[in-house]
Amino acid sequence: MTTDSFQIAGKTYSSRLLVGTGKYKDFDETRRAIDASGAEIVTVAIRRVNIGQNAGEPSLLDYLPPSQFTYLPNTAGCYSADDAVRTLRLARELLDGHKLVKLEVLGDSTTLYPNVLETLKAAETLVKDGFDVMVYTSDDPIIAKELENIGCCAVMPLASLIGSGMGILNPWNLRLIIENAKVPVLVDAGVGTASDAAIGMELGCAGVLMNTAIAGARDPVRMARAMKLAVEAGREAFLAGRMPRKLYSADPSSPVSGMIASK
Amino acid sequence: MIQLSINGNTQAFAAPLTVSSLVDQLGFAGKRLAVELNGEIVPRSSHADTQLADGDTLEIVVAVGGG
Repeated sequence: MTTDSFQIAGKTYSSRLLVGTGKYKDFDETRRAIDASGAEIVTVAIRRVNIGQNAGEPSLLDYLPPSQFTYLPNTAGCYSADDAVRTLRLARELLDGHKLVKLEVLGDSTTLYPNVLETLKAAETLVKDGFDVMVYTSDDPIIAKELENIGCCAVMPLASLIGSGMGILNPWNLRLIIENAKVPVLVDAGVGTASDAAIGMELGCAGVLMNTAIAGARDPVRMARAMKLAVEAGREAFLAGRMPRKLYSADPSSPVSGMIASK
Repeated sequence: MIQLSINGNTQAFAAPLTVSSLVDQLGFAGKRLAVELNGEIVPRSSHADTQLADGDTLEIVVAVGGG
């Protein structure tokens, strides 16, 4: 069996599970969950430092050293292209010229649905500025293609709303996006449990990005392991090629001849 | 004294003051952070020789947990 690795912006990764670092009880739990997930790429947010905070206080970077993980700074909470670009320029300075970023520009605070117009604008600026942009977007195949054409290195449509755990609501659109794309397509947002991740991978996604599905589980470390296995299982199933669906047509698995005689 | 707006709060500091001495005074020496001065990023290599002036607006950010 050949090794099944994938590339983002020219770098090869073996884990197709990307994880967020938010919503954990503490940094120790964050680290244990991320270790259990096997993720190599971890997202982080960029926020104002608390002035007056105890400077000796541990930080996320102490628990997840940038030497051991590929950081994916995000623009969570940004509602305009300008804010997103500004945030990622700060992230690049913070992480010593690091170019790989996750762009998300939100449309409203109730649904956290992406504002694709602002996302397109920000993507153009960032790509011109030399960033490797992994972009969060809606599951619209036309917008996904536009973002690829702009030069984004990965397109990441939502499965369902951020943090909702509602799973993959439109597998048909995801499939359209995947079949049209020449860059990796990752499901980002909406995964609730292991089967959602597996379905995403079975559809042909290059990877899955999640945070709340792990951090919000009763046992986050165990769920992290479940997600690792689900992503691997889904990828294997995709590569193996599933049997065709035969609607309303049964086909026995055991021989139909050689049955003992009926009395 | 000079008045600086740091992360949305105005504070007074003794002048002259560079970005790196401000970072030290705030207790963040050695911490991995990024500084924006009046909308422009100040690269870490320039912290020591960037002088701050009355009315300057700074954003000082770090990486935190997020999805």
